[in-house]
Amino acid sequence: MLSINNISKTFNIGTINEKQALDGVNLFVNEGDFITVIGGNGAGKSTLLNIIAGVYMADDGELILDGDNITKKPEYKRAQYFGRVFQDPLMGTAASMEIQENLALAYRRGQFRGLNWAITPKEKQLYEEQLKRLGLGLESRMTTKVGLLSGGQRQALALLMAILKKPKMLLLDEHTAALDPNTAQIVQHLTLELTQESKITTLMITHNMKDAIKYGNRLIMMHEGKIIYEAEGAEKQSLKVEDLLKKFEQSAGGYFATDRMLLA
Amino acid sequence: MAQLLQSILGGANQGLLWALLALGVFISFRILNFADLTAEGSFALGGAVVASLITKGLEPALSSLIAFLAGTLAGLCTGILNTKLKIPAILSGILTMIGLYSINIRIMGTSNTSLLRLTTVITYFENLFKIPKIYATLILGVLVVGIIIAVLYWFFGTEVGSAIRATGDNENMCRALGINTDNTKILALMISNGLIALSGAMVAQQQSFSDVNMGIGAIVIGLASIIIGETFMSQKFPFWAKMIFIVLGSVIYRVLITLIIYANIMEPYDIKLLTAVLVIIALALPRIKSLFKNNNFKRVKNNNRG
Repeated sequence: MLSINNISKTFNIGTINEKQALDGVNLFVNEGDFITVIGGNGAGKSTLLNIIAGVYMADDGELILDGDNITKKPEYKRAQYFGRVFQDPLMGTAASMEIQENLALAYRRGQFRGLNWAITPKEKQLYEEQLKRLGLGLESRMTTKVGLLSGGQRQALALLMAILKKPKMLLLDEHTAALDPNTAQIVQHLTLELTQESKITTLMITHNMKDAIKYGNRLIMMHEGKIIYEAEGAEKQSLKVEDLLKKFEQSAGGYFATDRMLLA
Repeated sequence: MAQLLQSILGGANQGLLWALLALGVFISFRILNFADLTAEGSFALGGAVVASLITKGLEPALSSLIAFLAGTLAGLCTGILNTKLKIPAILSGILTMIGLYSINIRIMGTSNTSLLRLTTVITYFENLFKIPKIYATLILGVLVVGIIIAVLYWFFGTEVGSAIRATGDNENMCRALGINTDNTKILALMISNGLIALSGAMVAQQQSFSDVNMGIGAIVIGLASIIIGETFMSQKFPFWAKMIFIVLGSVIYRVLITLIIYANIMEPYDIKLLTAVLVIIALALPRIKSLFKNNNFKRVKNNNRG
């Protein structure tokens, strides 16, 4: 489905802040895969997702999606293929607009926007049904401004917005990291439920190694812009957090960097 | 007394025509979240275009429409500078504004043009209904403002209008949802500056002359109208009601100025300073309020008690 071929990216070339974020990354994503991505700070996880989504353009390499070369397509044009949820709950929704207006914007992801009404009565029914799936009671608050919702509610809404119009692939960039543990778990469960129900191919960055092992059918570990370890199927299911730490030390020749990954 | 009422009505009339400017600034400043200084140039551009076309014998209504279109071009210029050439918003506006100064003189051939004894949209209404200028202006102002509010209400309820509102709120989300934010910004700036130029065209016809300097302070005047309107509105107001209150803000602003000049409290040239101070106070108010609510403030008090 999505073929990531030898992608490299360096930021601030020619300055003292030069940083190679990705160094020849290769990955083939199959239809229906749920891939979890782990790695320390600065490993290139977010850059990889942002290159796929078109936020940054790759210096080198190719992205082929279902036979279509999308390497040079601008971000807003790639939106037709990808649903995205960001780490910051404020980033995925428009605070000054109503819940239903946000959903209507998401419902037209990747479509031409003309002079038709931004939201039709028929859609409102659909949104109500979809909001019920979240189980947060938002279906009775469709005209509430999103700015009045809690971080967790906003993130759940952002998740629904990302899959409202079924994307070819869902890109999740530590989307539960900014939430309190309880809410994070709720959103994480929702993610699993919604992606399984609609059979959506997913790439999920997480800092939580237990989640990375528990969810999905594949796992990749990144370090210094490279994929240093991959596991899938039975091998992935039998992994333990300690195994991942050991793998990291072997491949990277150092300790698995951050405290928050160990504590999670 | 009759004279006072006349000047209040005159102020209200001006407020209605300047309200188009306020609505234009509302679109750029509040909806798009873009401090667009093009306003100063596009307001004078509207006046220059309408004055030069009317003196050449063109229909005043058609001339006003062309003034609107000229304004959209000014917005297009600022939009391209900002989105395609990545020049910061404020600088993009200033560059277009300063360029327009020369263009406006080129359009008129001189730095000001008189419209006395020529047919304007206002004299057209005077002759049509056989009424004095002051009532003709009132009818025209209500009509034009009414139509513009209706069109804007419809437009911002459409898919593309909604995309513009979202762009002003959260650009990252917009791009992730497939909205070309460069295009939505350019479009909003075009509509905004079109309205501002239309306002300049109306004001020039009302005062029977156009001057290359008539746009000085336009953005601050627009902001003052918005702020006055907002003090009377609630955040829960629907969009059309907000626009009506901004028009009211513009009318109140003009009537206030008329009264100040009438009562001889200030010289007319002091008004701009007064306007600037008014806008500063209004913009600083939330900050001043939060300073008083600040936890530091409470902590100091608690420490003193301890």
